[in-house]
Amino acid sequence: MKTALFIAASTVLLILACAGIATPGQPFTATPPLPITVMAAASLSEAFQELGSQFEAQHPGVRLEFNFAGSQQLAQQLAQGAAADVFASADQEQMDVAVQAGRVGDGSARIFAHNQLAVIYPANNPAGLLELPDLARPGLKLVLAASEVPAGRYSLQMLEKASLDPAFPPSYKQDVLKNVVSYESNVKAVLTKVALGEADAGIVYISDAYDQVGQLPIPAALNVTASYPIAALQDSPQSGLAQAFVDLVLSPEGQQVLVKYGFIPLIH
Amino acid sequence: MSAASPGLARRRFEAWQLLSLPFILFISIPIIALFLRITPADLWATLQGEGAQQAIRLSLTTSLTTVLITLVFGTPVALQLSIRQGRFHRLLDSLIDLPIVMPPAVVGVALLVAFGRRGLLGEPLSLLGISLPFTQTAVVMAQTFIAAPLYIKAARLGFSSVDLELKKAAAMDGASRWQVFRFVIAPMSWMALLSGCVLTWARALGEFGATLIFAGNFPGRTQTMPLAIYLGFEVELNVALTLSAILILISFVTLIVVKEFLHSRVETALAVNDY
Repeated sequence: MKTALFIAASTVLLILACAGIATPGQPFTATPPLPITVMAAASLSEAFQELGSQFEAQHPGVRLEFNFAGSQQLAQQLAQGAAADVFASADQEQMDVAVQAGRVGDGSARIFAHNQLAVIYPANNPAGLLELPDLARPGLKLVLAASEVPAGRYSLQMLEKASLDPAFPPSYKQDVLKNVVSYESNVKAVLTKVALGEADAGIVYISDAYDQVGQLPIPAALNVTASYPIAALQDSPQSGLAQAFVDLVLSPEGQQVLVKYGFIPLIH
Repeated sequence: MSAASPGLARRRFEAWQLLSLPFILFISIPIIALFLRITPADLWATLQGEGAQQAIRLSLTTSLTTVLITLVFGTPVALQLSIRQGRFHRLLDSLIDLPIVMPPAVVGVALLVAFGRRGLLGEPLSLLGISLPFTQTAVVMAQTFIAAPLYIKAARLGFSSVDLELKKAAAMDGASRWQVFRFVIAPMSWMALLSGCVLTWARALGEFGATLIFAGNFPGRTQTMPLAIYLGFEVELNVALTLSAILILISFVTLIVVKEFLHSRVETALAVNDY
């Protein structure tokens, strides 16, 4: 009985081990792929995944591992010593956190893209929103990114600007904030709550506003431009490859991918 | 216990017992590390903060509401499972177990597609003027979904352990179903019910994933302690660490108090049985 159990257990283990090594479709290589960890703002998810595949195609034997989350979360993880090779933040503030923690060399971060805000609503527009002032309508369900999140901070800046604009009542920001039902931990969570139709509106980046949600125009003078810095971490064990990924993001090909996903490129 | 049964007392230390050391260390080191990072001054400062107080208050009210709801609606389920057997009841039993193994994020999504505005029941609910997501009710629902099964399982075991003959005897003496439950089953299984309640309460207090998805995060309304810790970690690490420590202290002290209390009751019961 014991022997039978032992044989059964070892067989299972062996199968599991083989399954682990020989992933279907991949060549049986003796050396495991070299992982490069990229910590990137949640808003970069789609664009960076495509850039990642490009990078892997250019560098055989390298596997990119992404950690997408609110930049503030990533910056804290880096400050607490999380191992990574590249950090791409949605604002300079969170990059500075990584610099202060000694993970990114002072002055080594470079802006690689810009973004702007978009007010989105579910496809069927349950609240019947037509223009920006409608966000202050009492009873509306609005979802924002938390003020700790870059997108949340930019949203507050935009509302602040609107309150100072003669076209809006001075209490605009206050009235809009009264409608907030949830402060999300990253911008993609805002998008999800709106796309699911649970909220009447949300503020995200233009690059997040897909066809599944509608969009309210924000006057150019009121919009806030987000700037995204990127840096190879100075303690990266693969600093060459980390820098190569940064270079790809900054290259014309990389910029093209970012444009495809709604980001505003650098002017070359 | 040890005094009553000298044969069990002072069992010689054996080398194999060292095998439990790695796990004990694995559990205690992170908890100790957390407490080493905070100072009493931090603790005091955090407790004075409006945000932390709101989160603690909200966590206590929602988790206690969850326990009450679980008692009212979970007890019949536990009773049913304790007296009936068969395919249907085994299925029901597995259904009750499901929330324990479901990832909380999945629970949050499931609650959203069931009770959300566009969910399965969204239409009828909105006709009644009810909107659940982003409310305190949503927090309680998320906690109940995840934590109630712990009570139901404990209560079911407690009910099952009541001797069938006793129930029959009471019924033969003319006790109604309610009287059998009230005067026979409940008094004999209350310790199981209490420990089930405590487990449910502690689990509800720690609920995070389902709450974040179904109820969102709004200070004072849906931001419970775990949510405040999650967002606080990114801004003020001290606040997050202190709130974590408070959460652990509350849970640990409660667990110890209840275990001690139950233990002393069990000892009294055993002592009585000895005579």
